[in-house]
Parts: sequence; structure tokens; C-alpha cells
Amino acid sequence: MKKLLVYLKDYKVESIVGPLFKLLEACFELIVPLLVAEVINTAIPAGDAAAVRRTALIMVLLGVLGLVCSITAQYFAAKAAVGFGAAVRAALFRHVNTLSHAEMDRLGSSGLITRLTADVDQAQAGVNLVLRLLLRSPFVVLGSIIMAFIISPKLTVIFLVATPLIGLVIYLVISRSLRLYKRIQEGIDHLSLLTRENLSGARVIRAFSRQREEAGRFAGTADTLVRLQTFAGRISAALNPATMVIVNLAVVLIIWFGGKSVDAGEVGQGDVVALVNYLTQILIALVALANLIVNFTRGTASAARIQEVLEVQPTVKDGAESGPAPVKGAPRVAFENVCFAYGGAAENVLSDVSLQAGAGETIGVIGGTGAGKSALVNLIPRFYDATAGRVLIDGVDVREYPLDKLRARIGVVPQQAVLFRGTIRENMRWGRADATDEEIWRALAIAQAKDFVEEREGGLDAMIEQGGRNLSGGQRQRLTIARALVRGPQILILDDSASALDFATDARLRAAIRRETGGMTVFIVSQRASTIRRADKIVVLDDGRVAGVGRHDELFETCPVYREICLSQLSESEVKGA
Amino acid sequence: MKRGDGTLKRILGFAAPYRAALILVLVFSVLSVAATLYVPILTGDAIDFILGPGSVDFPRIVPILIQLLATIAVGSVSQYLLGLCTNRLSYGVARDIRLRAMDKLEVVPLKTIDTHSHGDLLSRVITDVNQVSEGLLMGFTQLFSGVITIFGTLGFMYSVDARIATVVVVVTPLSLLVANFIARRTFSMFKLQSATRGELTALVEEMVGNQKVVKAFGHERANEDDFDKVNERLRSQSLRATFFSSITNPSTRFVNGVVYALVCLFGALMALDGGLSVGALSCFLSYANQYTKPFNEISGVVAELQSAMASARRVFEVIDFEEQTPDAADAAVLRAVQGDVEIQNVDFSYRADAPLIENLNLRARPGQRVAIVGPTGCGKTTIINLLMRFYDVRSGEIRVDGHPIMGVTRDSLRGSYGMVLQETWLKSGTIRENIAYGRPEASEEEIIAAAREAHAHSFIMRLPDGYDTVISEDGGNISQGQRQLLCIARVMLTHPPMLILDEATSSIDTRTEQRIQRAFAQLMTGRTSFIVAHRLSTIREADQILVMRAGHIIEQGKHEELLAKGGFYAELYNSQFATEEEI
Repeated sequence: MKKLLVYLKDYKVESIVGPLFKLLEACFELIVPLLVAEVINTAIPAGDAAAVRRTALIMVLLGVLGLVCSITAQYFAAKAAVGFGAAVRAALFRHVNTLSHAEMDRLGSSGLITRLTADVDQAQAGVNLVLRLLLRSPFVVLGSIIMAFIISPKLTVIFLVATPLIGLVIYLVISRSLRLYKRIQEGIDHLSLLTRENLSGARVIRAFSRQREEAGRFAGTADTLVRLQTFAGRISAALNPATMVIVNLAVVLIIWFGGKSVDAGEVGQGDVVALVNYLTQILIALVALANLIVNFTRGTASAARIQEVLEVQPTVKDGAESGPAPVKGAPRVAFENVCFAYGGAAENVLSDVSLQAGAGETIGVIGGTGAGKSALVNLIPRFYDATAGRVLIDGVDVREYPLDKLRARIGVVPQQAVLFRGTIRENMRWGRADATDEEIWRALAIAQAKDFVEEREGGLDAMIEQGGRNLSGGQRQRLTIARALVRGPQILILDDSASALDFATDARLRAAIRRETGGMTVFIVSQRASTIRRADKIVVLDDGRVAGVGRHDELFETCPVYREICLSQLSESEVKGA
Repeated sequence: MKRGDGTLKRILGFAAPYRAALILVLVFSVLSVAATLYVPILTGDAIDFILGPGSVDFPRIVPILIQLLATIAVGSVSQYLLGLCTNRLSYGVARDIRLRAMDKLEVVPLKTIDTHSHGDLLSRVITDVNQVSEGLLMGFTQLFSGVITIFGTLGFMYSVDARIATVVVVVTPLSLLVANFIARRTFSMFKLQSATRGELTALVEEMVGNQKVVKAFGHERANEDDFDKVNERLRSQSLRATFFSSITNPSTRFVNGVVYALVCLFGALMALDGGLSVGALSCFLSYANQYTKPFNEISGVVAELQSAMASARRVFEVIDFEEQTPDAADAAVLRAVQGDVEIQNVDFSYRADAPLIENLNLRARPGQRVAIVGPTGCGKTTIINLLMRFYDVRSGEIRVDGHPIMGVTRDSLRGSYGMVLQETWLKSGTIRENIAYGRPEASEEEIIAAAREAHAHSFIMRLPDGYDTVISEDGGNISQGQRQLLCIARVMLTHPPMLILDEATSSIDTRTEQRIQRAFAQLMTGRTSFIVAHRLSTIREADQILVMRAGHIIEQGKHEELLAKGGFYAELYNSQFATEEEI
């Protein structure tokens, strides 16, 4: 939590003034029992009605002052806390934007989303609570004890015994039940898991007629949960009765020993009433403190999770301000003895890969999953950096280009066909912000998406829902291809991005790309031999190593890995290219 | 409101087995409230015997203190027992409702599960039931003790002094009014805040969730601008909502303070006339402190109760789902199935207004392979749904070995098929449990044999814990292809006479792919098989091919026949190579 406090720096005044006003309000509240004691001790025995009226008026005035102070405090606290939350959120969002794929893989996007939403809210609530109450509760406890001391130092001993006892009981119960509640949450998570499983696996469960067993498994987990809840309930149910016992025993003692003090003429009758009141105030303050601590631990846990992300340093750093000049006669893309391993992994995903791709060439990349196909193409736009060796574009190491210039030259079609909420035109303009409708239609035509976009109501203005839900998988893929083409890239990377297309569309798409994009270097990653069969160069990857580079016919003769792949997918005559 | 009454009645129905706990909750609430309220009276009585120096009446204080101790004992014990009974009631009822909902989900037609969002059903079974247990049952006990506290306090106050009691009764509702006023004013602010928060979450989910695409297209700066705009809006709306709602507490406390001052004023003035003892005054002062608390709490509890009622209704909707028609009493049990499947004049559609399959006829003789092909989304899986009776045909008939499947038990029909879907569902648990899913009593040797036949044994043995490896929920520890091998092994173990296979389209590495093909081939030997096919080799070797398009079966026959026919199938088959040749 501490490190995040820098985000309160714009709200220094608010964070100090807020709690101060809160303390002021507490002071007013602490005076009231003394006033009551005064009335009982002097005004009533003296029959002084004017004094009674005066005191009541003072009490109301104190109430008004308290109200003003506390509203002021709430305002400053809310302002500081909400500002803190917004600042943390903005800083975190910017930080996430600087992270490269390696960090994203490690942190996971769902985790990051939680950090940015629920965790920031939780931390913000924590700050708000702390500013409002953290000082107040101990202050009231301390203040009540001091007041008691002013009334009677002797009777204060009862306070000094009762207060720590109440604190101890609260601490024991809360700390124990917090731990149990974590386990209860796990139990609930387990129930959710089983429910989800039963829904997503409904077909398989019924195919094997295992409904009854699944229901039984669910019941068993539900029973375990009830047992845990009952156990935890037994502990937390003790909190109120136990504190009530302590406070009321203290009241008994105050009456008894207070009676003796009154008898001895040390204190007045009203003072005994005041002492009882202070005792009640301490109890209320301590219970509030306990609640505060529970919420505060949640806030700090969230803050720690946020801090953890903020401390992650991006591994891919921006190259020089202006990119170096291209080397004449160099191939468009070249890999020189490239090795690559995912963050921290001991085993290389790519080992000693060397490869050249000229302008206008189509490069097919094939191999099993885990062979390193995606890793290979991900090194070109620097989604990851090679751990050894170099990746060159126009003869210059990719790490020497400014990131935005580098990526502007590359069109990427990722495996997952991701589109964003907005119109089709807006999505296409992700490729290039100033693309004209004409350019967009041309890209759509190449990507075999023109027909269905035309058919949609609104054409380019048709809305795409979040995640592209209102489109089929094949349509989404074709739009993502068009989006990359809109960019007018020198290098196009298709990372297994035609898997949802049927054979015919896939073939037409490849034909159009060959026809329409002269000069563009195209990388096609695929599992299907037929998809890459016609490439100028086929790179066969096997376990991170290049098992062969060449044209289909050559490789089929010379590369056993390639032959194996082909034979598993194509018939003899198809292999021969009939 | 009438529906709400029904809901309440049903919840009481679920509470019936916990009748004893429910009654004890009521008894202990009354006891603990009574004790809590009696303490200030006793304290006041005692204070009346502490008049001044030399005039403290200890002999009369002692019995009061003893009474006080007894009251504390009764109060704290009943409060503790109240907590235990409440827990027993609310957790028990929650479990029972949950189990009933789950049992129902196991017997609803698949259509119900297919047409409801799983996230929604999940939140009904989990979150809503929690809400019923916490909001409704715990809220109910809180409400009950709140109400008796109010009436108890009133009773005690009027028994001590009617005039001051009236002062308290008249002024206190002010705090309720204030709280209500603020709550109504802030409601719209909170609505606005949560709408903006939702907007921000959607933006974050979209952009952070697809960070890789954002990076690829250099869209970070534009996103930051969008984000800042929403974030700033959220900040100012949150400030308003947070601040205005946080006024409630100081305001009600202020009203409390005023009540306190008034009690002090009138009480002391009466004490001047000797109309009220100092002890009674102190008792009133502490009541004045306590009396407003249940009022403030009750308004919160009522809101909780309302949302809990809504939750209860949502859960009961699940419990009220229509069940699938049970197997007929005289339903036959399929035994020693040969695998002769006959589909005759079958019509089917998911929605009455959109006919899908019309007049489908097909005969698969024992051991034959039927391949179902067509573009994505053409309804190939519908055939699986009908064969397995996940859905029932609208008209026509499907027969297995001459038995109409509507007349046999679902369990025996489904048990006759081995099904491997593209969606590789495995349950959370070990690999062994998963392979043995269809036959939990299978021996270790049988499980390993099935894994070997499915070409899964070698990769399983390479996993750190072998057959005891726990499959994590997201399946991160094994690949998609390996999952499919496990699904095949699961079917291998049950030795089904017939098969339903759904070939994967992509994303499986070639080595595993070859294994899967070999495993499929092994599985299909001698078994009637229906295959949703994507691989040409599978299609070519099929005894019959069903060509589907937009839910209709448009061609049917053997590979050569269909090619010769020159129809849609021929186009589909040739397109892969022909287009490229034209370039």
C-alpha cells in the first residue's frame, strides 16, 4: 500500500485536513457525557433549570459543529480517495500498454483486467476508509480513557483492563474467521467449477449417463461447504456475546467501585453515569476499528497486487528515435542464427534459425504445435525479442527501429480473430487511421470479405459487437485479414489465420493475396499442408529447429518431417500436385 | 407482489426441515433483545442508590448487580445460540436449494442448457443462492430482532416514563427520513457511477484482453485517450456518489445527538421536580442511543431482503425448468447392439419457425462409416444431437437394430455410442479418473490398455505425475491434441458398438494428429461410425457421405458417385486445388 501512496500526492491537503476534521468531530462527541455528568452532579441537585437548558443547547450546538466537521471530513476523504483511484488506474493502464507479449503471457490478461477494475476499486475504498476512520477509532478509545482518568484515576483501572480485553477478543475472532473465510471462498469456487463443468459438459455427462454421480459429487462439495461455514459461524457468532459480557462486567465493576468512590465523596453520581457512557463509546469504536481492519486488509491485498504489476519492467524497449537507413541489397526479412525461449524457460522454442525472405516472396511456415511457428513470426514485429542471434529487416536489426515505425510496416493477422466494438470502418482503420473507404473496400475484396460486408445493413457502418459476437468465425477471420491489408504493409504475417475458412474460401483468399499484393513479403503459418504448398519458400520447423527450407517438391523428396506431414493430410495424387 | 408472496412461501417450504432452528431463532432473538434492554434499567436502578457521599445503599445495590450478572449471562448465551441457529438455518436452506437446482439441471432437456447462457445459470446456482442465504435468512433474523428491539424499547420507555418516551418516539423517525432522503438522492448517482464503471470495464476488457492486437497496430496512444476520458468521468461521478452517500452517517448521528439532548433536557427538568430519578434519566439516555440504531439498520435490511427475493425468484426459475420427458415405463434396454441405424423421414428444427432438417433418410449397416461434410455452421452437429437423443426429432423415426429410439431408455441408447467431440470436455480431476469416466469400476490394467490403444499412454507417462496428473481447469498442462487423445481413451474403455466422432479442424500438431487418426481408425474398426469429417482421407474412405449445407442434406452417396455428380460436393472437394491451378 505504501508505494501506491505517491498517487495521493495531488491530494496532500485533503488527506491531512480530512482526518483532522474527523478528530475534531470526535472531540465534540467525547464532551457530551461530561456535560450529562455535570447536569446530574450540580444542576439537578441545585434545581437550576437554566443550567439544564443551557447544557442542552450546548449539546445541540456541539452536534451541529460535529455535523459540519464530519461532512467536511467526508468530502475531503472522498475527493482524495476517488482521485487516488483514478490516478492509480490511469498509471496502471499506461503501464500495461508498455508491457510486451512476454510480460502479458506471464501476468495473463484476465488478471490484469481484475487489477484495473476490482483491485483499484478495493484500494480506493481502503484509502477512503482509512482517511475517515483509521485515526478516529483509536482517538475515541484513547479520549474516553483520558476522560475517565479526569473523572477518576482510580476507576480508570477498570477501563485499562477492559479495553485491551475487548481488543483481544475482537482480534482473536476476526483473525480466525478471516482465515476460515478464505477457505469458504475456496469452497464456493469449487462449487462454481463443478456447476460450470456440468453445464459445459452436459453432452458428455449424458453420453456416459453419469448425471446421478455428478449430482452426487456436487452434493458432497456442498456439504463440505456447509460444514466449513458452520464451523466459521461458530467462531464469529462469539464476537458480540463475548464483547457484551466484558463491557457489562466492567459496568458492574464501575457501579460497585464507583458506588464506593461516591460514598467516599471522591466522585459524583453523574460521574458514574458518564463512566458507563465512555465504556459504551469504547466498545463501539473498537468494533468499528475491527470492521475497518477487515476492509483495510482487503484494500492492502489489492494494492499489493497492483504494485506487483507496476513493478514489472517491459523487456522489449524502444529502439533509436529515428530508424537507421536500410542496407542496400539486403533481403526484406532475415533471421541470423536466432534462438528464442519464452521468459525464464530453460528450453529454447527456436534454436539457431537462419532464413531469408525477399520482397514479394511468400514464405510458408509449417510444423507441429510447439514447433515454434508462431514464435518465429512474432519476432519480426518484436512482440518478443530473440534471446540470441538477430532478426533483420532491410539489413537492419529490428531492435534498432523505433517500435511504432517498425510495426507500421508490418500487417499482423493473429490466430485469434479479434475485432473491436464499433463499426466495420472503425475496425478497418485500426490498420491505418487515415484509410479511405476505397482502400478499405479493396482490402475487404482481397480478404474475401467484400460480399458479406456489402450484404450487411449499413455496409462499412455496420456495427460489430464486442468480440465480434455478431459475426461468424470465418467472417471475423476475413475481417482481421482485411484490417492488416488496410495498413498497406511491406510484410504481412498470417498466423494460422484461415482455420475457420472452408477449403474454397481459403484457396480464393490465398490466390487473391498472391495476385493483389505484389512486393509484399507474406508469411503464412499453417497446420494445413495444402495452405502453404504453393509458397515460394516453405520453412519446416521441427522442435524449434529448421528441418528444411525449399519448395514443396524439393522438400517432399528431401525432408522427412515434411513428407510425414503431407502424407498425413493429402493423398498421393494431391501431394504430387494433380 | 403476489408472485413475491409465492416466493416467500416456497422459501418457507425449504425452511420446513429446519423448523426447530427457525423457532429457536425467534425465541433466542426475544431473549437476547430483552436482556440487552433490561441492562440499562438495572444500571439506572443501581445508580439511584448511589446518591452521594455517605448515602450509597450497598445492601440494595448487591441484589441489583446480581440480577445484572444474570441478565448478562442470559443475554450473551442466547445471543450466541441465536447466531448458531441462524447459521444452521441459512446455510442448510442454501445447500438444499442449490442441490435441488443442480438436480434439475441434470434432467432438463439439453435444449435448456444450450439456449441459456452458462454464465447466467452459474450465477443463479452460486451467487443467487448465496444471496438468498445471506440476504434473506440472515436479513430475516436481523429484521426480526430489529423490530422487537424497537417495540421492546418502546415498551420499556413507556413503562418508565411516558412523556419522555413520547419525545423520543416523535423525534427519532427524523433520522429515518434523513437517511431515506439521502438514499433517494444518491440512488441516481450510484446508477450513473455503475454505468460508467461498466463502460470502463468493457473498455479495459476489450483493450487489455486483446493487448497483442493493440500492440500489433500501435493503438496504445488512442486507447489511453479513450481511457482517460472515461476515467475522468468516473472520477467525478464517483466523487459525487461517494460523498453524498457518506453524508448519511453523520446526519443520522446528528439526529441522534438532538434526541439525546432533548431527552437530557426534558429528563433533567423532570428530575428537578422530582418526577424522574437520575437512574431513570441515565436509562433513557442509553435508550436514546440505542433506539435509533435498529431504524437505521432496518432500511438497509429491507433493501437486502428485496434483492434477495429477486435472487430467490431467479433460482426458483431454474428449479421450475421443464424436465425432459422421462423414459417410458416400458422402454426397452438396448443390449448387444449390432449397429444397424436407420433414419426414416426425419424432420427436425431447433425453432418451430425455421425448418432445418427435412425428410432425412439414411441407413447405416453394422460396421459402416458415414461421413458428414459441409461448410462451417451448416448443422452437422445436429445429426449428433438426434442420434444421441440430445434433441428429439419432430417427426419421423430413428431406429437402432430395429428399435425406435423413442422406445428405448436414454441411458442404454447413449451407452451404445462412443462419442468424441471436437470440444474436448474433461472434468477436473486426474487423468485416470477422466479415462475411467464411462466405467468408474475399470481396473488399472484396463485403463492403461485403453490409453495405449488411444496412443495416449506415452505422453501420459511423460507427465510429472503420470496417470495421477490433475487436469487443471483451463487445461494449461496438456495440449488440445492430448485432450482429444484422452477423450478417445475414455471411449475406448467403454467398448461401444457404435461411434460418433467430430474431427477437429485445426490447431493440433502433426504428430499428435497422426496419433489421433490412428486412434480413430482403431476405434472405428468393426463399429458403425458417424463422423463429422474435415479430413479428405476420412471422407474418401467413408461408406456413405452426407453433404450438408445450411442445415439441409443436399447430397448423399459415396465419394466417387458424388464427384461424378459434379454438384456441391465436387465443388467443395475440387476447390482446394483447382483455384490455385488457375493462377
